[in-house]
Amino acid sequence: MRSQHATNRLASYSTPLILAVLLVGLVVLVAVFGDRSLARTAAETLVRVTLVVSLWIFVGNSGVISFGHAGYMAIGAYCSAWLTLKPQSKALFLPDLPEWLMQAQWHVLPAAIAGGLLAAFIALLSGAAILRLSGIAASIATFAFLAIVNTVYSNWEGVTGATSSVVGLPRYVDHWVALGWAVAAIVAANVYANSASGLALRATREDEVAARASGINMYRHRLLSLVISGFFTGVSGALLGHSIGVLNPDSFYLGITFISLAMLVIGGIGSLSGAVVGVLLLSVLIELLVRAEQGISINETQLALPSGSQEILIGIAMIVVLIVRPNGLTAGKEFKLKPQWLRQSRLVGAKSTN
Amino acid sequence: MSNLAQLFFDAASLGGLYAMAALGIALIFGVMKLVNFAHGEYIAFCVFALIVPSTDAVAVMFLGKAPALILIPVILGLGAAIAVASEYVVFRHLRKADPVAMMIASFALGFVIRNALLATYGGRPKAVSLWPGLNTPVDIAGASVPLLQLIVILSTLLVVTGLALLLKKSRIGLEMRAAAENFTMARLLGVRANRVITGAFALSGALAAAVALIMVTQTGVADVRMGGQIMLVAFIATVLGGLGSLPGAVAAGFLVGIVSVVLQAWLPLEARPFRDAFLYTLVIVCLLVRPQGLFVPASAKPRV
Repeated sequence: MRSQHATNRLASYSTPLILAVLLVGLVVLVAVFGDRSLARTAAETLVRVTLVVSLWIFVGNSGVISFGHAGYMAIGAYCSAWLTLKPQSKALFLPDLPEWLMQAQWHVLPAAIAGGLLAAFIALLSGAAILRLSGIAASIATFAFLAIVNTVYSNWEGVTGATSSVVGLPRYVDHWVALGWAVAAIVAANVYANSASGLALRATREDEVAARASGINMYRHRLLSLVISGFFTGVSGALLGHSIGVLNPDSFYLGITFISLAMLVIGGIGSLSGAVVGVLLLSVLIELLVRAEQGISINETQLALPSGSQEILIGIAMIVVLIVRPNGLTAGKEFKLKPQWLRQSRLVGAKSTN
Repeated sequence: MSNLAQLFFDAASLGGLYAMAALGIALIFGVMKLVNFAHGEYIAFCVFALIVPSTDAVAVMFLGKAPALILIPVILGLGAAIAVASEYVVFRHLRKADPVAMMIASFALGFVIRNALLATYGGRPKAVSLWPGLNTPVDIAGASVPLLQLIVILSTLLVVTGLALLLKKSRIGLEMRAAAENFTMARLLGVRANRVITGAFALSGALAAAVALIMVTQTGVADVRMGGQIMLVAFIATVLGGLGSLPGAVAAGFLVGIVSVVLQAWLPLEARPFRDAFLYTLVIVCLLVRPQGLFVPASAKPRV
C-alpha cells in the first residue's frame, strides 16, 4: 500500500511531463503554422526557458536570489565559442588562446556540454566562497561575482575579444535544439527538486533554523544545487551565443539578469511550473511590446510606443506582481496529474492509517 | 614622499565618496531591511537633473546653471524627493513582504528609472562641466591635489559627523537607531514607522545627490551607467562592514576606496584593467574569513 507521501511524490514526477508536452505542443504549432521569424522567437523563448529553469534550480530551491547567473552564462557561451570557431578566425580575433584551444574544432553538442561543465566548475569555486554568507549578503556577493566576470571578459583582449564582439559562431540553435535542452533542464530540475538534497534544501528555504536542527547541512545542499544550476546556465549561454551568432560581454550583464529574474518572479519563484509559465508569459509580452515599439498602423495612422517603454512596462509589471501577488502567478503550486489509480490508492492509504 | 601624499589624498577622497554611498544604503537597510538596488539610479537621476532633457549629444545646463548656493540644496532636495517618492509608491506596499521580495522590487524600480532616463536623455554619455574651477590642482605636502579632492574629504567628514550628531542627539535620530535595533519593539514604544522610514529615505536620497554632484564635477560626464558601479561598491562596503552597521559602512567604504587606489598604483600595467576583479575577489576572500562582516553590531546576530 502506498502512503500519501509516496503518492505525492509520484504525482510530482508528472510536472515535467506536463511542461514538456506544453513546450512540444508550442514548437509543433510554430513548426507547422509559423513563419521563419516566429520560429526564431520560439527558439529564443526556449533558450530563455533553459536559462530560467536553471536559475530556478538554485534560486527556487534555496530561496537565495542570485544576480550572478549571467556570469555563468557568459562563461558557458565563450567556452563553446572557443571550441567551435574556425581556427583561422580564432587566430585573427582571439590570438592569445592556448595552442590546443586554437586548433580545437569540436562538434557543437560536446562544445555546449563543455561550456556547461566549465560553468559548473566555476559555480563550484565561486559558490564555495559565496554561499558561506547568509542569504542577503550572499545575493550581494553574487552581484560582485557578476561584476568580476564582466570585468575580466570585457578586458581580456586576446582571449575574449574584449568589448569588440566575437562573430561567426555557427548558428545551429533552432527551435528543436532549444526544445531538447529546455526539456532536459526541466527534467533535471524536477529530479533534483524531488531528490533528498532538493527536499532538504527546500526545508532550509522555509525555515533555516528548524532545518539545521534536523541535521541538514545547508551549505552543502546550496552548493550542490548551484553546481547543477551552473551547468544548465552555462549551456543556456552557449545556446544563446549559437542562436544569435555574436558574443559580447555586455549581453551577459544587467539586462539579462533583470529579465530572467523578472520571469522567475512573475511566474512564481516557488515552483518549476512558475518558472516556465513566467518565461512564456513575459516572452509573449516582450514580443508584443517590441512590435508595438516598431509601430502598428491602423487606418493609416501610425501608432508606436516610444522606444524603451518595453523595459519600463516590464519593470512596472514586476513591481505590481510583487505587491499584489508576492508569490507570483502560480503562487508556488506545480502543475500535477493525479490519475484515478493514484487517487484511489491515496484514499486506501488514508483509511489504513486511520 | 610626494608620491605617498598623492596616494593618500586619492585614497581619502575616493574612500569618502564610497563611504557616502555606502551610508545611503546602510541607512535604509538598517531601518527596513531593504537592500536598495535603486540607489545607483537615484545618483544617475540627480546627475541628469542638472541638464536639459534631450537626446542630443551636447548637454545644455538646466539646473546646473544656478549658482552653487541654490544648486546644492535643490539637488539634495531632489535626491531626497525621488527616494521618498519611491518609498511612497513602491516600498510602502511591500513593508510586510520579506527582504528578498523587497530587494527584487528595488531592482525592478532601478531598472524602470534607468530606462526612463535612457528614453529621455539617450544612451550616449554627455560632457557636462560643473564647476570646472574645482579641478585646478593645489600644492599640499609636495603633492598636487585638485581642490575638489580636498572638498570631498572635508564634506565627507562633515556629512559623517553631521549624521552621527543627528543620530546621537536628535529625537528622529534616536528613533531611527531604535528602529534599526528592533523595529517592532520601537513601534510598540511609540516610534512612528512612517516618520522614521521617510526620514531614512530622505537622508539616503540626499546622500545619493551629494555623491552625484561630486562624481559629475570629478568626471565631467553624465552617463546613465555611472550610478551602477558606485552602487555595487557601496553594497560591498555595507556587507563588508556588517549589514546594518552604520559606522561599519563608513569604515568599509573608506577601506574599499583605499584598497582600490593602492591596487591602481601598484598593480603591473597589464593587470590594471582587471583592477575591479582583483578588488571584488579580495572582498570575497575577506568575507570568507569574516562572513558576518568586519564591524558587526551586537544586534546583527540572528535570534531564534
